[in-house]
Amino acid sequence: MPVTEYLLLSAFLFCTGIYGVLARRNGVLVLMSVELMLNAVNINLVAFSARLNDVAGQVFALFVIAIAAAEVGVGLAIVLLIYRNRVGVNLDEIDLMKG
Amino acid sequence: MPVILGEAAAQNVAFGIIAVVMAVAAIGVVTMKNIVHAALALVVVLAGVAAQYILLQAEFLGIVQVLIYIGAVLVLFLFGIMLTRAPMRRTGEFDNDQRVLAGLVALLIFGVLAYLFHDQFGNDKLHLGQPTPTSAIADSIFRTYVVGFEVVSMLLLAALIGAIVLARRD
Repeated sequence: MPVTEYLLLSAFLFCTGIYGVLARRNGVLVLMSVELMLNAVNINLVAFSARLNDVAGQVFALFVIAIAAAEVGVGLAIVLLIYRNRVGVNLDEIDLMKG
Repeated sequence: MPVILGEAAAQNVAFGIIAVVMAVAAIGVVTMKNIVHAALALVVVLAGVAAQYILLQAEFLGIVQVLIYIGAVLVLFLFGIMLTRAPMRRTGEFDNDQRVLAGLVALLIFGVLAYLFHDQFGNDKLHLGQPTPTSAIADSIFRTYVVGFEVVSMLLLAALIGAIVLARRD
């Protein structure tokens, strides 16, 4: 089967993630959209790993999964901190650094 | 029993069905008005990714995907939703007012990516043989990429300590 099918699927997931990051205003939903983008990258890595018969792509996909887990942990801690110090987690209301 | 579908055709059909389900669920993640429903749609997308890994003969990654993403990350997200007391009912306040612009940006990037992929890899075919043995992945991690493995483990430790420091009440 052509490798472009997988690449197009991952491109679609990535762009859905971009839309989510730009259009959502709840912090948790933005983190979920980031997860969509990371998974799109992983599909790409695994597809090329199968295309080139090289296991390196899968190893890098594992690294991406580990880093995504770390990112979610820190990200949700930051969202909780924002929730505790301010009233909500709406990202467009966090404008302390706006000039 | 006559063989109706060859192996490659069966793989194509399976890919198509899973891909359509994943695309619909992904759109659900970024458009749903109920935050818990969005998290559940994310489960469908992540399970679809695991299924695609298994179709691509990457069994170990499929298992890791189910364990870490569906098992751990999703639970973390649900905790995040509940701890920030997001409204669980259907509300329209999860989107900001740049939806049209965001859609345009996403479409533009999808167009560029689709053109590039088609241009560069349009004739490439996947020849899926045997599933990748887990021992091959282990050999690669602990031989070629052992430095990266150590760096990732340190990063994970630092991130976990950082998360605890950030989220604890003192």
